[in-house]
Order: sequence, then C-alpha cells, then structure tokens
Amino acid sequence: MSDLIPTREEQEGDGEVRYRMLYESEDKIYTRHIRGLYTRIRKYTGLPLLAAFFFIPWINIDGHQAVHFDLPERKFHILWATFGPQDGFLLAWILIMSAFALFAVTTWLGRVWCGFTCPQTVWTMMFMWAERVCQGDRAKRMKLDAAPMSAEKALRKSATYAIWIFIALATALAFVGYFYGIRDLVVDLATFDAHPQGVFWVGFFTLATFFNAGFMREQVCKYMCPYARFQSVMYDRDTLAVYYDARRGETRGPRKKGIDYKSEGMGDCIDCYWCVQVCPVDIDIRDGMQYECINCGLCVDACNSVMDKMAYPRGLIRFTSEDELETGKTNYLRPRLFGYAFVLVAMLALFTHQVATRSPIEAEVLRDRGARLYREYRGDIQNVYTVKINNMDQAAHEFRIRVEGKPGHEYSLRMPRQIYLEAGEIYAVPIRVSVPKEQLQDTKHDIDIIVEAVDKPELTDRHQTVFIGPKQ
Amino acid sequence: MTTFWSLWVIVLTLANLALVCWVLFANRKVAVDDQQEPGNQTTGHVYDGIEEYDNPLPRWWFLMFVGSLVFSAIYLVIYPGMGNFKGVSGWTSVGELNRDQEKAMEKFDETFGKFAEMPIEEIAQNRDALKMGARIFANNCSVCHGADGGGNYGFPNLTDSDWLYGGSPEKILETLYKGRQGLMPPQGPIIGEEGVRNTAEYVLSLNGLEHNAEMAAAGKKVFGQVCMACHGMDAKGNQALGAPNLTDNIWLYGSSREQIQHTIRGGRSNQMPAQDDKLRDDKIRLVAAYVYSLSRQEEVEQ
Repeated sequence: MSDLIPTREEQEGDGEVRYRMLYESEDKIYTRHIRGLYTRIRKYTGLPLLAAFFFIPWINIDGHQAVHFDLPERKFHILWATFGPQDGFLLAWILIMSAFALFAVTTWLGRVWCGFTCPQTVWTMMFMWAERVCQGDRAKRMKLDAAPMSAEKALRKSATYAIWIFIALATALAFVGYFYGIRDLVVDLATFDAHPQGVFWVGFFTLATFFNAGFMREQVCKYMCPYARFQSVMYDRDTLAVYYDARRGETRGPRKKGIDYKSEGMGDCIDCYWCVQVCPVDIDIRDGMQYECINCGLCVDACNSVMDKMAYPRGLIRFTSEDELETGKTNYLRPRLFGYAFVLVAMLALFTHQVATRSPIEAEVLRDRGARLYREYRGDIQNVYTVKINNMDQAAHEFRIRVEGKPGHEYSLRMPRQIYLEAGEIYAVPIRVSVPKEQLQDTKHDIDIIVEAVDKPELTDRHQTVFIGPKQ
Repeated sequence: MTTFWSLWVIVLTLANLALVCWVLFANRKVAVDDQQEPGNQTTGHVYDGIEEYDNPLPRWWFLMFVGSLVFSAIYLVIYPGMGNFKGVSGWTSVGELNRDQEKAMEKFDETFGKFAEMPIEEIAQNRDALKMGARIFANNCSVCHGADGGGNYGFPNLTDSDWLYGGSPEKILETLYKGRQGLMPPQGPIIGEEGVRNTAEYVLSLNGLEHNAEMAAAGKKVFGQVCMACHGMDAKGNQALGAPNLTDNIWLYGSSREQIQHTIRGGRSNQMPAQDDKLRDDKIRLVAAYVYSLSRQEEVEQ
C-alpha cells in the first residue's frame, strides 16, 4: 500500500488550486530499551495483574469458575457471589466508582493509569519486548526495516509475529473464557466443537489484540481513546506529571564529561536525544507538556541513567508539577483532591455495605389487577397477589410464604403445595389471602408478605402491600 | 413500493454515497499554508486567534472510511436497500422471523416434548411441568380467571371442586381446545315477571340464603316446569350442558336477589375462547395439568 497519493496541480478558473496528500501514514516509532525505577514499577505491578487476568478463570469456586460472566443465563459469578440482572445498579456503581478513582488519580498523578496499567500500554510493552528479543534494540530494528528482504530478516520478523500471535491468542482465549467458561472453551476449541460465536470472538480478539498492540499502539491513545481526551481537563497546576526542568537543562548541548560546563553558560541537558528515543508516543518532553504524553516515566529513567553517566544530579526530567517548577513546592492539600477522595471513600463504604447485606432472596409482590379490587366468597374477602421470588442463592430451596397484618384479623392463605426453586431461579407464585368480612375495620390496610426458605429461615425477604376490602 | 418511490430511494441512497465520497476527496484542497509552521496547513478559519489545522487524515482512519464505503456498496448488493431491489441473498425480515420461530419451536419440542404422551395426572405431579404450566396460565388465562385461578364475576373459579363442564383431565383438555359457549336462555318472556321473582326466591332457598318461603314454594313449581330441563330435578346442574349446580352456594353472577332475578329474567351468555389456535398442543397439556392441580392446593390458616 503506497502511503501517499501524489500531489497534482489543476487549473480552476484563474487561481491556482493545490492538492495535498489525502492521508498520511504515521511514522513508525522505534523505541530504545531502557531500564530504571519506573520500568521496574511497571513490571512489578503489571505482572501480577496479567497473571490474575490469565489465571483467574482457571480457578473454580463452589463448582463454578471464579469469575464467570454467564450472559445466556444472565448471571455474573464473581468469587463467592452470584449477581443477576437486578444487580445492574451495583455494576453501575462499580463503573461510577472506577470513573471517580480515575478522576482522583489523574488529578493527583496525571495520566499514570495510561502509562502504567492501561491494557493498551501493558500489551504494547509486551509486544515491544517481543520485538526487542527477536530483532534487537532500536538501531538494529531500524537497520533491519531499511534492509532488503533476506532470510535473516524474514526469520526475525516472522519470529516476532509468531510471539505476537501467541500472546494475542492467549489474551483472546482468556478474555472469551470469562464469558464462555475457559475450560469448556479450550476443550471445545480443541475438539472443534465450540459454538460459532465463541470461535468468532476468539478470532476477533486475537486479531484486535495483534493489530492494536502490534501496529496501532500509541495511535489508539492519540486518536481513539476517550479517556485520553478528557483526562487533560483534570490536570491542574499541582498535578504530578513528567516535566523537563528547563531552568536546569538549558542551554542544552553536547559536551565532554567532567568539564566545567556551567562557566560556558551551558545547562545540564547534553542533548543526547535518549528521552526522545525511549518515548513510546514519540514526543520530545523538552518541548514542555504535550497531550500525547502518558506519564509512563520512560524518559525519566532514560535521562536519569544519562545523568548518572555524566555524574550530574538526577531529576533533570522528573515527576513534578508546574507549581513545583515555579515555586519549588507542590501543594498536595487541595480541595479538589479532598473532594474526590471523600466522595470515593463514601461511595466505597456504601457499596461495601450494600454488597455485604445483600439478601440472596428477593421477593416482589404484585396485587392482581382483575376487574374487581377484591373477591367475596362465603363470607370471606379475598385479595390475590403474585409473589415473584428470585432465589439468588447458590443452592435450591423450598420456600414458604407468611402474612403479617393488623391484629384482630385471621388471615388464611392459599398457595401451591410446594414452592421449590432451583439456584438462580425466578418463579411467580400466585397466593390468595382471605380475611373474614366481619373482621375488616378499614377499606384498606397494609399487610406484609414474608418469603422465607424452609431449611434456612435467615434467607428471607418481606414486602409490604395493601389488602383491599369493601367500603367500610 | 411504486416505481417512483423505489427510484426515489435508490437515487437518494446512491446520491448520499456519492456525496460522502465527494466530501472525502474534496477536502484535499489546500486552503492556506500556516505562516508559523510551514509544514502545517490550516483551513483559514480563525476564532479568537485560534486557527484550525487542516492536515491529512491518518492512514488507518482513511482506510476505515474507505472500508465503510466498500461495506455499504457490498451490503446494498447483498441485502435489500435499493428500493424494490431485493438483494442477491434474498434476505427478508419475515424469512428471518420464520427461521427464528423454527428455532424456537425446536427448543419448545425439546422442553415440552416429554409431556406430549404423559397423562395429565402424572404431569400434575411433575414440579417443573407445573411451573411451566403456571407461567403459561399467568400469561394466557389469569386475565380472566385471576392470578390464582380463583375466578372473577362472570369467570369461573378453577380452584374449587365445582366444575361447570367437568373436572376430569379429558374435560379440561376439551374446554381448553374447543372453548365453551355457556348460555342461560332468558326466561322473562316465558315465565313472566312474577315467575322470575318466585323462581329467584326458590333458588335462594336452595342455598340456605334468606328468602320468602311463600314465593319460593311458587317458584319451585316454575322450576319443575321450566328450569329442571337443564339444571335437573334436584337443581344439581348438568355438566354435559354446562348448567351450573344451583345448590352449592357457588355463584358465577352473584347471589343477591337482584342478580339472581336478572339472570333468570334476561339470561346469561358466556364464552371461554378456544385455545387450540393460540397455544401449541404441548402447552395446552401443561396448562391443563396446572388447572387440574389447582383444586388440589392447600389452604393455610394462620
């Protein structure tokens, strides 16, 4: 695919109209490999997370996968709990809390999520590792790409792609496994017995991972990612981000080690371009803060290693804030951060309470919408209700239904002989509540309908509804 | 669609596709070269000193755009979209519906198939079958008969042991399949207003309700001449005709003096709609089993 449509010139009227390229392909970024504090942090936070992502589906709890998003059954098994569609608001809260956590962290530390934990970055780093192992570091890769095709080049390239495809396939299998059930998925795929949709999604995510982490890389962050667009709004003067200390660094320029450069009016920056060469989004941090910067700290590691070699103090490029560069102090105690932290802690507490006190039984009561509000039968007034029981427990139970109402009323109930619900089953039980007509004092009064498991009375839910009789 | 509207759609669709292509390619004109950064072009728009860049698109973006244009073209060939042109695949929404319905039917066969041959009494013992029956009942029957099957004014109670047409599995199935047309003919013109009043008192007396003994004695004669033909000499009703038992204090149209008079004077006409064209056979069997089980539920005093 040629990447340019050649420009051509045309006459239109008497003015000259020029055409430019219709599109432009991104320059490929060749990053130099660097080791340092922030690379280590990324490694030791990323590896456990990756391990969790890949291995959690293989753990079984209570006879089902530890985390299993069972869409056909509309059940989310997460560790010891099972969530159904009616728990959608919990999911909404998780998302809201995650958003707030992102706001809080971004206000405090800038785009560290992007630089350290975002899957796009983590997978890109894995793919870069594969590139480096097969093709060597920056200079070697550039040379290899420029060289004509040869046996060695073909071998090195295909080895890279093979590792990429392996990682992508493993990713897709793990991801789809969360929905399909990883053991079933692997067995079904191996025996060519998998559901076509499962096969499709494994293929889709394999390709998507391959192209995303292999070729799209930083373009996803630059053009597609919505978070990247609005995170810049959360920066303020005290947000910690990667800055180049221009006052210390300028005037930049190459020099010999150990000379008294300050007397020649030079700054600490030796203009070695390492900070540019290691940058995964190909910016020069010395131009100041740019929207592409994901706060990954690679240039900090690179610059610090150069400073060590030159025996200059570290921190020419460092995590600091605008405020600190100007006044020497970052103001951490700012209302914004307090606000975010407070709201986050409050939400987390409420959420934990909500999850901890979740009853695995839920009952809903609907009064029957017949032609009449009540039924009169042999001196009794009858009301009919549909009690919808949702057994969200992991075990099957038999249930009984009781009524609690006003004193002085003898309630009798009629309902199915046995109300037995499998784990996760929802069943609507019609019940009929009768009260002798002469006992009724009000046209309507409140009653409670209580549903409880026969073998486990703590599994209970009560619901208030209304009993309507003739006008008193 | 008439030819005109068909053409209208085709022309509009193609014109829009062409327009989108034109927009993509027409934007190649360079408006202004940026003064400060010669490498960049701007659109020439300036707002508050902010200029708008007019740089080439990224390649992947351009490819996706072209890809979606190609997709549209292929789609319009394969699927209906161009007016009356049906598309080469012959896809229709009705066809898809039929396919989905067939799939659903297969699934039903799987679920309900095992009950097709099972006797109703046995289905009524099966927990899962009763649950399915209850769901079908809730969706199709509870509007008239009540969620609990307890009936309403004019709609029989299915939870007692009193049956208009019989409560055997065969009779319940017959009722469900073919429906019932209940008719109490108007007796007002035949027995006169006095006859109506007297007969009503007699019917009240049959159930031990408060009545005028003198009128009831007169009513008994009328009953013996007219009503017994359907309701029987002992007034216990006749299930072959759907004539209700008048002695059990169970009422379809109320037990007040006025209501009974009204029933005798003007008659009653009632219909249970046939379900054989609405529900699959196996669903009807499940509902029949559920109804059969209803009168065998227990009462809980508390």
